[in-house]
Parts: sequence; structure tokens; C-alpha cells
Amino acid sequence: MTHRSRSLSVAALARVEGEGAMRVTVDGDRVSAVELNIYEPPRFFEAFLRGRGHTEPPDLTARICGICPVAYQMSACRAIEAACGVTVDGALADLRRLLYCGEWISSHALHIYLLHAPDFLGYDGAVDMARDHRALVERGLSLKRAGNQIMTTVGARAIHPVNVRLGGFYRAPARAELAELVEPLRRALDDACATAAWVGGFEVPDFTHDHELMALVDPGRYAIEAGEPRTDRGLSFPVHDFERHVIEHQVPHSTALHARLADRPGRYLTGPTARYTLNHRWLSPVARQAATDAGLGADCRNPFRSIAVRAVELVYAIDEALRLIEAYEPPDRPAVPVPPRAGVGHGATEAPRGVLFHRYEIADDGTVRTARIVPPTSQNQAAIEDDLLRFVQQRLDLDDHRLTHECEQAIRNYDPCISCATHFLDLTVDRRP
Amino acid sequence: MTTVVIGVGNPFRRDDGVGPAVVELLRERLTGLRSAGGLTGVRFVTSDGETTALIDAWTGADRAVVVDAVRVAAGDPGRIHRFSAEHPAATRAGVGTPHAADLGDAVALARALDRMPRSLLIFGVQVDDIGFGPGLSAAVAAAARHLADEIATLLVG
Repeated sequence: MTHRSRSLSVAALARVEGEGAMRVTVDGDRVSAVELNIYEPPRFFEAFLRGRGHTEPPDLTARICGICPVAYQMSACRAIEAACGVTVDGALADLRRLLYCGEWISSHALHIYLLHAPDFLGYDGAVDMARDHRALVERGLSLKRAGNQIMTTVGARAIHPVNVRLGGFYRAPARAELAELVEPLRRALDDACATAAWVGGFEVPDFTHDHELMALVDPGRYAIEAGEPRTDRGLSFPVHDFERHVIEHQVPHSTALHARLADRPGRYLTGPTARYTLNHRWLSPVARQAATDAGLGADCRNPFRSIAVRAVELVYAIDEALRLIEAYEPPDRPAVPVPPRAGVGHGATEAPRGVLFHRYEIADDGTVRTARIVPPTSQNQAAIEDDLLRFVQQRLDLDDHRLTHECEQAIRNYDPCISCATHFLDLTVDRRP
Repeated sequence: MTTVVIGVGNPFRRDDGVGPAVVELLRERLTGLRSAGGLTGVRFVTSDGETTALIDAWTGADRAVVVDAVRVAAGDPGRIHRFSAEHPAATRAGVGTPHAADLGDAVALARALDRMPRSLLIFGVQVDDIGFGPGLSAAVAAAARHLADEIATLLVG
């Protein structure tokens, strides 16, 4: 190709949650800069949580996202309960895990079928894909519906559940109510296994990264609503030390803070591939079989394979939901009391997109003095940019249209939730001589 | 003929709850008719408007009637907009949702999946106040009553 500058620009990146832009600068035959521009205005959640009652953050922070509200509710509950010295266990903890499984199922089914699969099959979106692959899209919608049913039964609403409170729930479901979920979930389990085999067959670019992988680990079971942060390179720390190890910093081109691990070289990554790498040994037998069928090994360092990991987690979440329902004995009371006390509490859970950390400082009278929220998408920004830089570098022979499309696909590997990080993508590639 | 009436909105965001409010009014108006055996084949659904839930709600119905709130810059609160799925606006409704999916997406996806009712009527009521809390503003409450009468006539006729 001739020595020239190139400028690729995507004004509105489709099929991501929120609004952002991407700018790629190519000088001759070298990609000199990649910026993921998150320009959505900051939302000031941490600021307006100050002065609110200690019971309010679970419902308030749930509004940060319509796709992963349960993640916000669970991380907020864990942090505030920790500050107040309360532990929620037994049937209440199991119900929380069940509700969270519902969110994983809905979120992963949505991303696999409606947002990401069209990239692999050469369609502009789910509607175009549905015209040619009606049965596949129907299967995806059916899976999503199964997740929504769990959230409606346990959380009283599929989007922004209203049944969650500090200490547990406003009302615990009866066994008979959960039993109604069993048949749809059994069908969903078959559909999820078929999904894993299907996406495992997708052709993916030969591309790997070297990021440190960070996920919660909850020995004995696949981390969802609890666990301690750990990396694939031996770093491990309690949740209350999160802010000592995860250092947030501002960059000029994003309204979402970037993050790095203190005193560690390179970048780190959270999300399904990190979670799978650190937790796969605790997959249930049916999920482990799905991983084999999807062609996954002991770790996953190709971000284009994240769709297969999501499919395996879809199988696991459905299988786990069935197990929790089978074992369910209604709790004596729907919630344990969480009286306020002065203190600081930290909570982390595995949102569908990765580790979601909350920290609250509670005053004597129960009001929130300070709040801190570190969502997965903001943690992953630097790793996404690094992927793009190396990915584009290997594909400079592609024309701008094709390259732009592949960049968007590479961003969708991370199912970025830009609304959470602060919100859509605008891609600009500058090619300079 | 089977009909489903779908009220879309959040009753805890004031006028955004006009869809569910119309469904509630219709239920009251048609209860007598129904017990007298004068009305069959009508289902009522309230929905948060999530794309796949909307498609599920109208799948299998011959006719679907959707009532939703609409916001118009420099608007005329309580004004009722009526259009059918054949109207181009149905696939580019651009309803206010942060998750890049709206009524137009639901119509487009349902068409691709062959899950559209034979007829889809959409009523949009212009809102005034979509702040926090229950209850409709006066102009929107009046429009809800008017619309309930209009849809009742449609269902009975």
C-alpha cells in the first residue's frame, strides 16, 4: 500500500450498551494511537449517593444499568452489609445467587444472539440475521426469556428488580413459585448446550493478548455473587484491599476512568474470559462438557472466543439455577436486619461483564458519607485499546470499511457497557503519511 | 378475532404510566361486557416495553393495540398520535430508551421472525411530566380516558 495517512471513523458504534466513539490513527504503516472515547457525560452517582440512607444504594445504583441491575444491587448489598457487620448466608444467599443466574442468562443470551453472533455470520444486526436464521434467533429469545422469568419470580421485575433489599428480600418466593421455573429452564439448558456447540464452530481471527486476567474466585464453585479477587499470575487480595491494588486514573479522551493493577506491568482484564480461566475447574459437569464442545481449553486468551465462554457460562448459570431451585427451602424470614453503624464496607461480585466493586462509608446515623463504584467496562478500557492497536496493525491491508467493521467486532468482544462505565461508539481512523 | 391491548410504560414515572393507565381503565369498562359474555378474545398486558417482551406479548394475536407515552419537543401534553405498523414511523419510532432498542426495533425483529399480528395499532400520548411518582397530569389523565373510550369502541365493534 502507499505511504499515506488513514482515518477511520465510526460515529455511532452499534450493538454496544451506551454511547462512545473510537479513533484510530495510522501513520504510514504503523498504528500510532487508538482511543476508545467514552464521551457520555459523567453521571455523578458516587456524588449523589452521599447523604442518602444506607438502605438506598442497592436500588439507586441498580439504575446505572438496565442490563445488569442485579450486579449493582448485589455489590451494593455486600458492601453495606460488610460495613454494618452483617453476613447474609443460607437460603437468602442462595436466592441471591439464583437471581444473579437470571441476570447472567438474560445478559449472555442477549449478547450472544442479538449483539455478537451477527458479526461472525456476516450480518449488520440481529434483524438481518433473523430473516435468514429465524430458528436461531428464536432460540436466543427463548433463552433470554428463561433468564427474565427467574428475575421476575425472584426479583419481582425483569428490569431493575424491586424485591431486593439489604439483608435479603422483601418477600421470599414459595417453593411452588420456583418449581414453575424448572420446565422452562430444562428446555433452556438444552438450548444453551446447543448454543455452545454452535458458537464454538465460529471462525475467529488468530489473535491473542497477554493481559493479566483478574476475576473473583470462590473456591468450590464458579464465582458469581461472591469471591476474592485473584489473577492468573498469582496476585490475590481480599475485597477490602481492592482500592490498594486497582488504581484508577483519568485519561483525556474518556469520561470513564481507566484502571491498572498497582506495581504490575502491563494491562489487566476482567470479564468472562478471565472468569473462565480462573474458575473453569468449578464448572458443573454439563457446563464442562459444553466447554469441550465449544472447543475451549484451560484458559482463553483470544478475545474473539469470548462468545464461546459466554455460551459456557450460559449453560452453567442455567444448570446452577436448576440446582438452587431443587435445593431451595424457604428462609425463616425474607431478610436479616441490617442496622446501620459507622464504618466502611467493600463488596465485589461478578457482573456479566466482570468484577464490579463498591465501597461505602456509612456514618453513625446511617447516611452514606462516601461511595466508590468501579465497574468492569472502565477497568477493561485500556486492554480494549491495546487489543485494537495490535489488531489494526495486523490488518492495515484491509480497506477502511472492512477494517472499521472488524474493529467494531473486536470492541463487541468485550460486550462493553458504556452506560455503566459512565455510554456508543464513534470510530475515527486517521491515516497519516 | 383475538386482540391484545398492551400498555407500555412505568407507572412510577408519572405520565410515562399512561399506557398501563389506559389498560386499567379498559379493564374496568369492559368487565361488565365480559361477564355478560359480550366480549371474548381480548387480552390485556402491561409492559416495560422491553423488545422481546413486546414481541412475546403480541405473538399469536390477530390484532395488537399498543399504548405508549411519547415525548415531543415543545409538545402539546395529552395529544394522541395514532398510527399503524404500516406507517414508516413504526420502524423508526426512536423511543427514549438508553438501551438502543425501541418499539421500531420490536416491529422490525417481529417482522423478520414472522411474529407480527395481522394488524398493529399504536397510540402514543404526548406527556407533560415524567418525574418520579405515581399519577398522571390533568391533560394526560383526560387523554387516557378519551383513549380508553376509543379503544373500547374498537374492541366492542
